[in-house]
Amino acid sequence: MLAWTIYISFLGALALMLPGVPARAARGIALLAAIAGFAVTISQLMAPANGAMATIVHHSWIPSLGIEYHLAADGISLLLVLLTGIVAIAGVLFSWNIEHRSKEFFALYLALIGGVYGVFLSADVFLLFVFYEIAIIPKYFLIAIWGSTRREYAAMKLALYSLVGSAMVLIVLIAAYVIAGAKTMNILALSQFQFPLHFQMWAFPLMFVGFGILAGLWPLHTWAPTGHVAAPTAASMLLAGVVMKLGAYGCLRVAMTLFPRGLDPWGFRVLGLGSWQDVFSLLAVIGIVYGAMVALVQHDFKFVIGYSSVSHMGFVLLGLMTLNRIGLTGAVLQMFSHGVLAALLFAVVGRMVYDRTHTRDLAALSKMHLNKAIPFAAVTFTLAAIASVGMPGFSGFVAELQVIVGTWSAYPIYVVVAGIGIAISVAYAWRAMQKAFFSDAGPESTMLPLPPISMPERLGAAMLILASLTVGLYPQWLLNLVIPALNSPLFEGLRKGRW
Amino acid sequence: MITVSYTALLHLLLPEVIVVVTALLVLGADLLISRTASSRIRFTTGAAISAIGCVGAITQILLAPQQANVFDGTIVVGPETQLVQIALLTLAVLVVALSIGSSFTSHVGEYFAVTLFATAGMMLLVSSENVLLIFLSLELLSLSLYVLAALNKRSPRSAEAALKYFLFGGTSAAFLLFGLSLLYGLSNSVNLVQIAHAMKSPPLDPLLAVAIVMIVLGFGFKVAAVPFHFWAPDVYEGAPAPSAALISSSAKVAGFVIFYQVMAIGFAGAEGSADWRNSAPGWVPVVAVVAALSMVLGNLVAITQTSVRRILAYSAIAHGGYILLALVSHTEQSFDALLYYAITYALTLIGAFGVVAIVEEQAGGEKLSDFAGLSRRAPVLSACMLIFMLSLGGIPPLAGFFGKFFLFASVLSGGQHPFGLLWLVILAVVMSTVSLYYYLQVLKRIYIAEPSSEIPPIQVPNVSQLVLCVIALSILLLGCAPNLFLKWLQQPIRIAHF
Repeated sequence: MLAWTIYISFLGALALMLPGVPARAARGIALLAAIAGFAVTISQLMAPANGAMATIVHHSWIPSLGIEYHLAADGISLLLVLLTGIVAIAGVLFSWNIEHRSKEFFALYLALIGGVYGVFLSADVFLLFVFYEIAIIPKYFLIAIWGSTRREYAAMKLALYSLVGSAMVLIVLIAAYVIAGAKTMNILALSQFQFPLHFQMWAFPLMFVGFGILAGLWPLHTWAPTGHVAAPTAASMLLAGVVMKLGAYGCLRVAMTLFPRGLDPWGFRVLGLGSWQDVFSLLAVIGIVYGAMVALVQHDFKFVIGYSSVSHMGFVLLGLMTLNRIGLTGAVLQMFSHGVLAALLFAVVGRMVYDRTHTRDLAALSKMHLNKAIPFAAVTFTLAAIASVGMPGFSGFVAELQVIVGTWSAYPIYVVVAGIGIAISVAYAWRAMQKAFFSDAGPESTMLPLPPISMPERLGAAMLILASLTVGLYPQWLLNLVIPALNSPLFEGLRKGRW
Repeated sequence: MITVSYTALLHLLLPEVIVVVTALLVLGADLLISRTASSRIRFTTGAAISAIGCVGAITQILLAPQQANVFDGTIVVGPETQLVQIALLTLAVLVVALSIGSSFTSHVGEYFAVTLFATAGMMLLVSSENVLLIFLSLELLSLSLYVLAALNKRSPRSAEAALKYFLFGGTSAAFLLFGLSLLYGLSNSVNLVQIAHAMKSPPLDPLLAVAIVMIVLGFGFKVAAVPFHFWAPDVYEGAPAPSAALISSSAKVAGFVIFYQVMAIGFAGAEGSADWRNSAPGWVPVVAVVAALSMVLGNLVAITQTSVRRILAYSAIAHGGYILLALVSHTEQSFDALLYYAITYALTLIGAFGVVAIVEEQAGGEKLSDFAGLSRRAPVLSACMLIFMLSLGGIPPLAGFFGKFFLFASVLSGGQHPFGLLWLVILAVVMSTVSLYYYLQVLKRIYIAEPSSEIPPIQVPNVSQLVLCVIALSILLLGCAPNLFLKWLQQPIRIAHF
């Protein structure tokens, strides 16, 4: 059943490419496809599930190589599929005003979503990689055709970073496949295979970095701000909301389960670092603080959000590197939380503000009295900002708190550093909010008559806020999915001796 | 020596005979109508007859599958060779179908006849283990290709390309023949299996080393591997598009297959090793160096090109490098991978040249800038080109991706020490990432750039559009369901020494 999320998206994309379909119907078809995918996910969530891995489709595909068409979902995949559904619908709602080559736009949009669903649902690593690569090309075209500031540069940069990442992943994948006897690509079977320690020691970091590039791992994050800024609103919502999670998901689902011993101590220390766990958690905290500090000094509204994504994704990576249950749970929750909130922030900046004012310069925006011109945008942004800095009641709080608690037992000192990161994030969020919406610089007479916020925008914003609030107020709902998944046999190698 | 009746031999070679007879028929038919009919009708008639002949040969292969080894390996036929022959014939059908509607030459009959002669040469080439017959069919193929490259007499670039191709090709044939004669001197045999038998003495004979270098050099020219690649960009750029398609597709397939067979069968025992830090002298390290150079140089130089044909040429050099990796590991699986890769690659390149030909005719050139805004002028054509470029770059679910995966996985399982060939695989994966940059450059022009002015939509000939769509769909299909192809290779019957 859940497999239909993938098929619906690709079928929608195909339908949009047919010559007979009128351009006016494009957004309607896209919305229908997104809602259908979401509905399928919800119906699956309604069914009682214990969060463990459940097979959806299992066919032989290339029998001579042991590669199978195997889709399966556990609690973590379900959570991310749900996130994809929410962001996909919101993305269509916020691109209701796309007129230029709209059929192609929504076709690529749905192809990207289909690829993302596929990654989250694959239980065969080869299949996962296929979907992972499928998702790269639509991103390139979405940014390069419909983007703004330096779009071709940003699109190519993003594509090349993604492709370098997937090249690293592919090398490890082929090597692991050959070592394990070239008989299977099933993720569970591979995770139970005892790869030699020396192999895990180089395979793990290579693959983690390969996936980590897409998750905004410092210092390979630089594609993210430029890409987000250049992308059209819906694409930046997907990029920050979902695509960055592909990277984090790959780190957790493939790199860490296949090569858990790659995280063991090296037996020697370099600059105080004694294992890949130390290295990557250091990079994660640097990402948190660096992203926040850079966001603090941006003049472009969208760059503020772009760098904040790097900072928030740092929490995901830090959570992964705590290697304890609470940290990992926090990382998964943060994926969901950041997905929803980043999508909302980009929607406000890209659609509500930029499409109306045609500027993202904070200094210029501060003269426009946007809180009076478009009060809905001001309120939405305020809510999104306080949610993302970790206000209790919203999803960001639950997620980051768990990451911090997990970090406390693994790297106490990093708790302080991450705390500083959160403090800076309050500062940049307030600065941006104040400058963009609540500044009283300039006379009121310069206020422009801006088009009012449309109904699709209101719906999309409400949906995303609601999702964040639900998770913030009732996190148990998601924890019931994530914790059994982390206790499943897939994570046994990682769990061994750790929790 | 086994005695074979000539009827049986004729039966065995019936596919080749059909192709050659068709070639003569085309010549005759064109002679009859050349005075009266327009160029368009002549092309259509020629293409139809040639296609029917090729399809007839395919049917003959499919209906009467053979398994034979006659005259001491002079003709060796089995499922694998027949698969290659079917592929070569299919590629030839596609090439002739795409040349309908072109007008690059007034020698229409000769064009189709020479194309078919080349195809017959390739078919013989891949079904022999006798170095004499290999050389003869290679020359039949090469001479046909020189003529094809020169067919556009109105274009000085076509003549230049053909001359370069001929001079380089002739020199390389001399080297190859020299190498083969050394082999004969060493082993007193012209049969590859017996040559390998005669030379099973581990310390590498200096003469054998010379023979290896000469033969790698000779075949290296044919498959355009670095540093023997200089002819390729000029030929790809100057030759008429259908000829370039043939040179870059089926001729490549045949070249790689025979290169593999000569090295893997004829030099069994003199492999040496290209493993990292464990290399040993032999032919494998030589091929490994050639492969590595081709991958690096082909991809890096392709980035700087502004002509789509030259991009395809340099990318062909790079792809040649990947395919040579199969020789380096020379396991049974890597031969399967070579076949899958080379055939799907050839299919893609025919498609790409088909698109280039149409754009050239209608937009007046094949520079990157001539492709600007193509997606709005010819959406179907652009969609096909999208599939071709992404497949060449190795993006799933297209055939190029599975080809790379299969090839690299088989290479990594080969090698004398576990993971000895990892360095080549890493190089190949990294370089194929680089290659996506220039494929995206082409797609960027097609989909993102605005057309320079208001130009009317491109009129794509119906046949070409159909053929291109078929090629694009089969690339998608072979990528999504590679098992369709692999099943054929894994049939239980195999030639004894494979």
